[in-house]
Amino acid sequence: MVASSTSQPLLRMEGITKSFGNVQVLHGVDLSVGRGEVLGLLGENGAGKSTLLNILNGVIERDAGSIHIDGEPAEFAGPKQAQDAGLAFIHQELSVLPYLTVAENVFLGRLPRRRGAPWLVDWAACYKQAGEILERLAVKIDPRTIVGRLGTAEQELVEIAKALSMNARIITMDEPTASLTEAEIERLFTLMRALKADGVSVVYVSHRLHEVAEICDRATILRDGKIVSTVDARTTSSHSLATMMVGRELSELFPKTEHERGRETLRVSGLSTVKLNDVSLAAHQGEILGIAGLVGSGRTELARAIFGADSITAGEIFVNGEKVTVDSPGAAIRHGIGLVPEDRKLQGAVLSMSNAHNISLARMSKVSRFGQLNRGGEKQEAKRLIQDLQVYPPRAEQETGRLSGGNQQKVVLAKWLFAGSRILIVDEPTRGVDVGARAAIHGLLNELAGEGATIIMISSDLPEVMGMSDRILVMHEGRIAGELARKDFSEEAIVMYASGLEPTKEGSKA
Amino acid sequence: MTSTAQMDRQVVEAPKRGLARLNIQVENIASGVVLVGLVIALSLVSPAFLSFSNFLDIARVVAITGIIAAGMTLVIITGGIDLSVGSTVGLVGAVTASLVANSASNSEFVTAFKLPVPLAVLVGLAVGSLIGFVNGLIITKTKIEPFMATLGSMIFVKGLLYLFTGGYPVNFQPMPDDFAFIGQGALLGIPTPVWLFAVVVVALWWISRRTTVGRAIYAIGGNPEAARLSGLKVERTKIMVYTLLGFLAGLAGIILTSRLASATTVNGTGFELIAISGVVIGGTSLVGGRGSVVGSLIGVFTVGVIQNALNLFGASTQVQYVVTGLVLLLAISLDGIARRRRRT
Repeated sequence: MVASSTSQPLLRMEGITKSFGNVQVLHGVDLSVGRGEVLGLLGENGAGKSTLLNILNGVIERDAGSIHIDGEPAEFAGPKQAQDAGLAFIHQELSVLPYLTVAENVFLGRLPRRRGAPWLVDWAACYKQAGEILERLAVKIDPRTIVGRLGTAEQELVEIAKALSMNARIITMDEPTASLTEAEIERLFTLMRALKADGVSVVYVSHRLHEVAEICDRATILRDGKIVSTVDARTTSSHSLATMMVGRELSELFPKTEHERGRETLRVSGLSTVKLNDVSLAAHQGEILGIAGLVGSGRTELARAIFGADSITAGEIFVNGEKVTVDSPGAAIRHGIGLVPEDRKLQGAVLSMSNAHNISLARMSKVSRFGQLNRGGEKQEAKRLIQDLQVYPPRAEQETGRLSGGNQQKVVLAKWLFAGSRILIVDEPTRGVDVGARAAIHGLLNELAGEGATIIMISSDLPEVMGMSDRILVMHEGRIAGELARKDFSEEAIVMYASGLEPTKEGSKA
Repeated sequence: MTSTAQMDRQVVEAPKRGLARLNIQVENIASGVVLVGLVIALSLVSPAFLSFSNFLDIARVVAITGIIAAGMTLVIITGGIDLSVGSTVGLVGAVTASLVANSASNSEFVTAFKLPVPLAVLVGLAVGSLIGFVNGLIITKTKIEPFMATLGSMIFVKGLLYLFTGGYPVNFQPMPDDFAFIGQGALLGIPTPVWLFAVVVVALWWISRRTTVGRAIYAIGGNPEAARLSGLKVERTKIMVYTLLGFLAGLAGIILTSRLASATTVNGTGFELIAISGVVIGGTSLVGGRGSVVGSLIGVFTVGVIQNALNLFGASTQVQYVVTGLVLLLAISLDGIARRRRRT
């Protein structure tokens, strides 16, 4: 590994400025990345990260400033030129083509041609070369596999292989771990360390601060289009990183507030579906019940079954001690149950509608008479919730699709507050949400629990689920594998239960 | 939880000015401008164009397909489409005509059994509603793409029309006055079809913008899963919207039959395309979730004005097809460009 401080940086961006219309997004940003360095780029949504990365990768043009690669000035007319200069951009939403093979994806647009017949593809060479790159990444994937059959993590590896096949020297990764499991993240990090050793540099964007400490060498923090600071990522605490990003003191990352646990509000007994096997649980007033487990362990299916979104094959649901039939989301809503689904864009919000219309959607009866909407009342109520939850921009008529991820999630939460849900199931409530909105969402969930609501929180983010919950149920293969009281919380115990093992005595204490 | 960081970014939000304050959709403004421009240009070129009687002519022609377009708007906002409306127009026209006094045909189904005009009209509307209801049922229960499902029912209903009439027209000897009033009459100098069109547009505008059902229609088209997870009755709402369109196609069929004083197997042919063109030109997105009844009103009038102008200039039917097609292509391209703009 080449020490980044002694040699000249591989990438140097200086005084980058960019405006859209009369809104200045970047104010003279300086950034440098050393050879074989992983640089964390941190900032809230709207801080200008995407704009900066798009400029770096030739997607958009800068207004002023310079980019030097290896000391040479770089001018990119478009993404293609940036690629030729050794840059690769791996987006949060992967851009692999699901119906093509791994090798075809890796060499897309640059398939090796046969000698003497350049209009024909040399498939043998194609698979061989793709295999070599995958081997270099220590990835065991057959280059002939159809990409759509691979998991998200493996698809991401295909993207990285594609970048390497183009001899990329600087790889930008935008939230690569957002949809990966713990084990997959570990694998990705191992790979990133191997890339470092080869002298490949990475610009790494993530909202998960503990990952930044684990994988990055330095971290550059961007706020409101300006560089706040560049720090040593390994020695700076998550808390101070978060504070720098937000520009104000976050009292605590997970400000758990203790409240009285009241009577039982929800009881599920013997619940089974195609994916669930005899699940029983109880949740109480004022309680935040965490549900942990690997992706695919049945957490989302449990939430959907309780909410009446998926049909159940067996089991009973009791709300406030009374047996209820929840055969549709409408029935669940009438019993005071709300669901903030896993996928905000596909399931949570109607992006083409305004904030006010999204907020009233689950209980329009509250602002209508005989089916006719009272639009004044609706708007007033929506405005109140938008202010309470600090949705930005704070406008009732704003189209929800134009908000940032965190603000869209606040609108979805506002919908359930409007509907008066007393049992709120939140599935990955802060996935892809920036630090500021995350803290606001955590604060809101605490507040609701304090007011006597029941919160069931599904999360893959262990620090989050451990920080927020009063009790954690860990799922494994459609069953509840274990239950942990707050005093027994430990990452080890959760991981053991989630893998279908019994935690050892030492494990649960560590 | 107050945050200064968020206050700092206040500049991003531009204040609402001028037209934006009226909360009119951009698509409506665009198609509205096109229509107004057309009207001004045509009145400069041809003095015959800008007269009250010519306007009534346009409105009378537009009314029939416009009634269908209004219902089609709601279907398209849910993310669906209905190709069977043209066939429904024909079948309902023939069934209603056969039940009205003095109607006659070589078809064995047109018998001496007659009903009073209001009842005959009700039967016709019920047949139209039933076709729409079945369309909705097929689309929601079998999850067949609306395009394919209604392509099937378009052919099926057309087949029923041929069976029912045996291919012969249903004529009147002569047409009763109260039935003639529907397509040929006038109130306060305004033709009855125009009155009916106005009532339909106002009613559907009200449903779409002012009621919980209307809100559900937009939500379902914008994001069906989010709508379902918000407790909306997605299937029921869709069935309702297709039924309403079937009812309106039936109404259009009755007006057309009265206006032509004859129900033939070609009545209504191609109406689905004219209606869809009007809706799309009016800015309703074929992807669903966006659009408006008022936009469709502008859209069908745009098509009507163009056809009227071509008539005034003595253009042939063939040329009319070419021009109408061009306008539709232009509108769809603009819709595509607008959608790409929104995404970035």
